[in-house]
Formats: sequence, structure tokens, C-alpha cells
Amino acid sequence: MSHDPGYNFAYLDENTKRMIRRTLLKAVAIPGHQVPFGAREMPLPYGWGTGGIQVTAAILGPRDVLKVIDQGADDTTNAVSIRRFFNRVAGVATTTRTPEATVIQTRHRIPEATLTEQQILVYQVPMPEPLFRLEPRLTETRRMHALADYGLMHVKLYEDIARHGHVASAYNYPVMVQERYLMSPSPIPAFDNPKMHRMPALQLFGAGREKKIYAVPPYTAVRSLDFEDHPFRPHRADAPCTLCGSRTSYLDEVVTDDRGGRMFVCSDTDYCEDRQSTQAARGEQAA
Amino acid sequence: MIRPAFVEPVLDAQDCFRAVLEAMSRPGRVQRLTMALDAPAPLAPASAAVLLTLVDAEAPLWLDAGEEAEGWIRFHAGCPLAVQAEASFLLATGTPPALADLRQGSDETPQDGATLIIQVESLEEGAGWHLTGPGIEKEHRLNVTGLPPGFASERSRLAKNYPRGVDIILCAGDRLAALPRTTRIEEG
Repeated sequence: MSHDPGYNFAYLDENTKRMIRRTLLKAVAIPGHQVPFGAREMPLPYGWGTGGIQVTAAILGPRDVLKVIDQGADDTTNAVSIRRFFNRVAGVATTTRTPEATVIQTRHRIPEATLTEQQILVYQVPMPEPLFRLEPRLTETRRMHALADYGLMHVKLYEDIARHGHVASAYNYPVMVQERYLMSPSPIPAFDNPKMHRMPALQLFGAGREKKIYAVPPYTAVRSLDFEDHPFRPHRADAPCTLCGSRTSYLDEVVTDDRGGRMFVCSDTDYCEDRQSTQAARGEQAA
Repeated sequence: MIRPAFVEPVLDAQDCFRAVLEAMSRPGRVQRLTMALDAPAPLAPASAAVLLTLVDAEAPLWLDAGEEAEGWIRFHAGCPLAVQAEASFLLATGTPPALADLRQGSDETPQDGATLIIQVESLEEGAGWHLTGPGIEKEHRLNVTGLPPGFASERSRLAKNYPRGVDIILCAGDRLAALPRTTRIEEG
């Protein structure tokens, strides 16, 4: 399959790709550190994944197989549009199957299937600065990162516990990378945080509006912040998936009527469909 | 006459970048480049490809490879040449410059630390140095010939400055491996 000849391969011009590539290499060399880059305007609005798309465009090659997910789903507007975009401007093969993908661009989830050394996970990040709500001045947060001075975040977690009895962040839960940099994992559910720890795949983060790129190399320590007497506890709805019965996957709550009816289904559509078809195949064999 | 650069500038640069990204993400793993590239001596195909992939007008370069190589990369990449202390990329085909003299970045902007490309004689996995750090599951082993003695200990003296530091790409023929500033080397 070839790409639309009206565009350079993968949309971006070569100067921009080189700039992003240099940024990516430094981001990998300093795990968790936010590296500024000259984010370009993309043919979609900020907040729709302009950072992730630029990272993907800078790494993507003709032999890659691309998967794009939005909150775990392959079939939502954002995921479908980005997949079609790269199919058109780079002519790459796309897939919804996690094990077949070499590059996975994600908005706010990590797939349930364990990722491998042959894969790269690209996160779309709205706000890369984990201290943003506590200290709005970037000049100050830069200094705090330089000094590894993260007391402010610990105070915030402590105040959560004092007020609510637990840390009141169910998503975008701050992590320490290699015990040096405080990092925003992007708004993934805290449930996904443990998957980042020593993941065999390379993890790249792109924030288009905020013009920052950061990375977590493979097998790098990623620790969710907590206290000895209040250890990190990822939250999961206490129910099996209605469609596939999974008791370990992250669930979405779906309201089904206006009388309080609801169901829980896997947020990772590929994982759920895979389990359903395996179960159907087993059912046929048994029959 | 100036020798040509990549046959397929867009695709070859992407291919080479992915090899460098893979090398930087998994320090000590040796990557092999497959694109055809007829670079002027003394540039090895891998070091020439890395330069074409990463440097341009925004990336000041220092190199010790002589006039023809200098003219070749300036023609194809349009990069300014700089002194060692100011270059963001450096290519050493002979004795590499003292690491402490290169750009290290600051604590607030450690990404300004230089990238040093060293052309060595050979790179082999499975023997030599014991490497640990981010990107490495337990331990990678890398055998490098052609580095000056004491290189590993010179580099480890800079480790205390982290996150400031210098990232290194080793090139031999069509092979390359990387040592980001986070990688610890034990000689053995």
C-alpha cells in the first residue's frame, strides 16, 4: 500500500521529523524528564492527540503496523480518524489486534495484553506537568524537577488522605521514574500505572499544545507515589465484564436505561472481543 | 565531486532513526543498518547514516574526519560546524574528545547535553562490558574494540552529575550501539 503522494511520507516535513527525533533520543536518555520541542500545527485541534500524532509520525516506517486506541477502544472517532490519517499519509498497515501492532498510539489507556520488546507505545498527553495544579509557574516547576523537590506532591497526597481517607486521584496518578523524575502518566486510570513498571516496550509521550516530549525506556522502574501506611491501591469496578466475564480487566460503566440499569464492560475492546471469540470457539467445540 | 547521501532520503533516515532509537532504548544491543550509503572516508556507513539522520541547520556539529567528510555532511545536512564545547553533535573518528569538555546541559535543561558519536573498530554483543540501567532487563554485555583505555572510567566519573551528561553512540562499519548517560558500565 502506498501513501498519498500529495504529502511527504507520514505527513511531517523532514526538518520537523529530525527535530522530533533528536528530542525523542534525549527524552529516552533522561527517563521521565520533559523535553521541550517545536510542536507543529496539525490538521486536527489540540486535545485530539496532536502530540501523539507528531511522535508517531516521526517514528513510523513503511514496515510498521499501527494500532490506535481511545480509552481502550479501537472504534471511537479519535482512534478511527488517526488510524485513517496514517493509512493515508504513510500507507502503513493498521490493525486493532494488540499483538500484531508494532506501534500503538493511545489516548488514556494501556492495553490489557502484555506488550513486547517489539512494540512502541505512544501516549497522547494533554498536560505533561504533574505539578501543574499545585504550581502553575513553569519556571518554578522546572526548578523543582531540577532539584527533585517533590514535597508539594506528597503534601497534596497527604491532604487527600486527611480529607477523604484515600488518595483522591483515580486517573493521572503521579509516578516516580527511576526514582528521579516525577512524571504524569497521562490521564490513564491508576489501574494501568503498574503496567508501566519495567514494561518491555518503549513508552513515548507527546504533548502537542504544551510542546513537550518525554519517555520511559524499557525495563525502567515506575513507582506510583504512596505512603507506607497508605500503599498505592489501583481501583477497579467490583464486577465481571458483562460481555466476556473478565474479572481482571479495567471496566467501563455503561448506563443502559433511565431506570438505573447499568452494565460493566471491558474498556479494552480488542481484549474483550478476543476473549468472546475464544469462548465462542470453545462453545462450538463442546457442542 | 561530492558523494551522494541516502538513496531514499525519507525512508532511509526513518530506518536509521529507528535503529538509533532502539539502540538508545536498549543500551548495548547492537543494531545493523541495511541501507546503501557510499560515504567519504574515513566515515563508516553507520556514523555517516546517523549524521544524515540527526543533524541539520539547528544542530551544530564538530567532527575530526577531515575536509572531504566535512564538506560532504555540510552539503547534505546544512549543519553549522562548531567547537567541541558548543557542538550538540560530535563525531570522533580518531581519539574522542574529553567527555568533561563537552556540553553537559544544566540541571533544568539536561537535554542540552551533547551527543557524541564515536567510530570504533568493532562492536560485539555477549562479551566485554557489563551494562545495567534503564532499558536493560538484567544485564547487557557489549565488547567494544578501538576505544582509548580508561574510557569507561572517564565516562563513569560524569555519572554523579546526572541528569547532566553526554550520550554516546558507538558506530563500527554498518553496526551501532548506544550508551545513554543512565547506563552503568562495569568492565569485565
